[in-house]
Amino acid sequence: MAELLEQLAMCVERGKVNASSPYPPDLKGQDGADELAKRALAEGIPPDDVLSKSLMIGMGNIGQKFSENKVFVPDLLMAAKAMTTAMAHLKPFFESGEAHHRGVFIIGTVQGDLHDIGKNLVAMVIEGGGWKVVDLGVDVSSEKFLAAVKENPGCVVGLSALLTTTMVNMENTVKLVKEYDPNTKVIVGGAPLTAEFARKIGADGYSPDPQGALNDLSV
Amino acid sequence: MDPIRKELESKKVLVSDGAWGTFLAAKGMQPGECPELWNLEHRDDVFDIARSYAEAGADMVSTNTFGGSRFKLEHFGLAGRAAEINEVAAAISREAVGPGLRIFASVGPTGKILMMGDVTEEQLYDAFKEQVVALERGGADACCIETMTAIDEATLAIRAAKDNTKLEVISTFSYDKMADGSNRTMMGVSPAQAAAAALEAGADVIGANCGQGPDGLMDIVKELRAAAPDAPILVQPNAGAPVRQGDVDVFPETPESMARYVPGLIDAGANIIGGCCGNTPDHIRAIVTAVRQTIKQ
Repeated sequence: MAELLEQLAMCVERGKVNASSPYPPDLKGQDGADELAKRALAEGIPPDDVLSKSLMIGMGNIGQKFSENKVFVPDLLMAAKAMTTAMAHLKPFFESGEAHHRGVFIIGTVQGDLHDIGKNLVAMVIEGGGWKVVDLGVDVSSEKFLAAVKENPGCVVGLSALLTTTMVNMENTVKLVKEYDPNTKVIVGGAPLTAEFARKIGADGYSPDPQGALNDLSV
Repeated sequence: MDPIRKELESKKVLVSDGAWGTFLAAKGMQPGECPELWNLEHRDDVFDIARSYAEAGADMVSTNTFGGSRFKLEHFGLAGRAAEINEVAAAISREAVGPGLRIFASVGPTGKILMMGDVTEEQLYDAFKEQVVALERGGADACCIETMTAIDEATLAIRAAKDNTKLEVISTFSYDKMADGSNRTMMGVSPAQAAAAALEAGADVIGANCGQGPDGLMDIVKELRAAAPDAPILVQPNAGAPVRQGDVDVFPETPESMARYVPGLIDAGANIIGGCCGNTPDHIRAIVTAVRQTIKQ
């Protein structure tokens, strides 16, 4: 059982989606995250264990390597793809309440900004960390963020911006959310951001990479 | 128009132009606006940018088409007008600089990631084909497939231009500096890998733009030169990393400080020097002077 969970974690980390996938070349022909997740559940491993003792381990490993510049966007994307494929088998268990998310994470790129690659990476890594992710997309107004917060009490909010010119909208969103509920945690990120800027606008956290954001949520 | 290689034989080092995005912002473009729509709705402003760089002494001037692919224009509901917008943009630059100056039209990333299955190779190729054909029709001499990070996307664009137009093709990538000092695009591509792939796909000129300032790009030029001893290299650094001061972005490198990097960039192997974000006509003017002085020696 432990070996199966280890194999599954490895498939997520290495981006081995399923048996027919040609990537990575050295795992060609072997079962991937798809087959192993299905088998783990069929063998009676609790869905929460599949998540926390396998999928999250795999994503955590690749997320850490990404933050250390040891792997790059393609590796993270493939790992996320493997994880999403495995998560599809867990979906009915989340719906029935047998498996549990860590919480709800609302994410979006702020108003005026259309960049989404970074935001998508963070969403994938945080989902890989066991959170339910609500992705509002790009060019998201403060009002739209607030509406999502109201719909998801107890959520955490993540704001992304790549343009220095849209960082002001980040400040507006933090303000609006905190006015509604000062206890709603808001974290921020994006290439032009700094910890200092995050502090200045009243955000609760800043990370230069997705794994850092996940670690922030787990505190 | 002579090929770039031929012009380099006599002139040794050429100067390209500076920033367009930050110049448009200085002219009042707001975050969230479609820059390429300005070709249709603020023609005079776009004309002025091209003209300013020509007057500053640039040997080649670009176009307001960085986000001109149908995929990028889709965000603004303008995908159906991609060909029109690109043709008009090239025509504006041509009118602004006159018949004798080289127009190297901007072709930026589509924002789609092939490996995620966002699009097929055929769809990407077709979008780039649409763009470069229209740019050539509007009067471009070359296309600059710039700020790329993925080899698959860049080579599709290079092939689309080579297969369907007579445009010379410049291929530049954008790199981040890693913790260990090496340079990689966000997709993990090294300068050596990019150089090999671009040249194999048919690029006439290779290079790097954006991402870092002149000191960072100097290292990248060295790597490109080592990987491709004979290829012309274009480098367009940012004027440093921007710092937000109140409502504006301030780029730390002045025309004088940018110009000081010129001898080093030429030494590293750069054949064409210009600037990306934050570089103004004054920066280009200073670079032109520095290039002339350096070549005399």
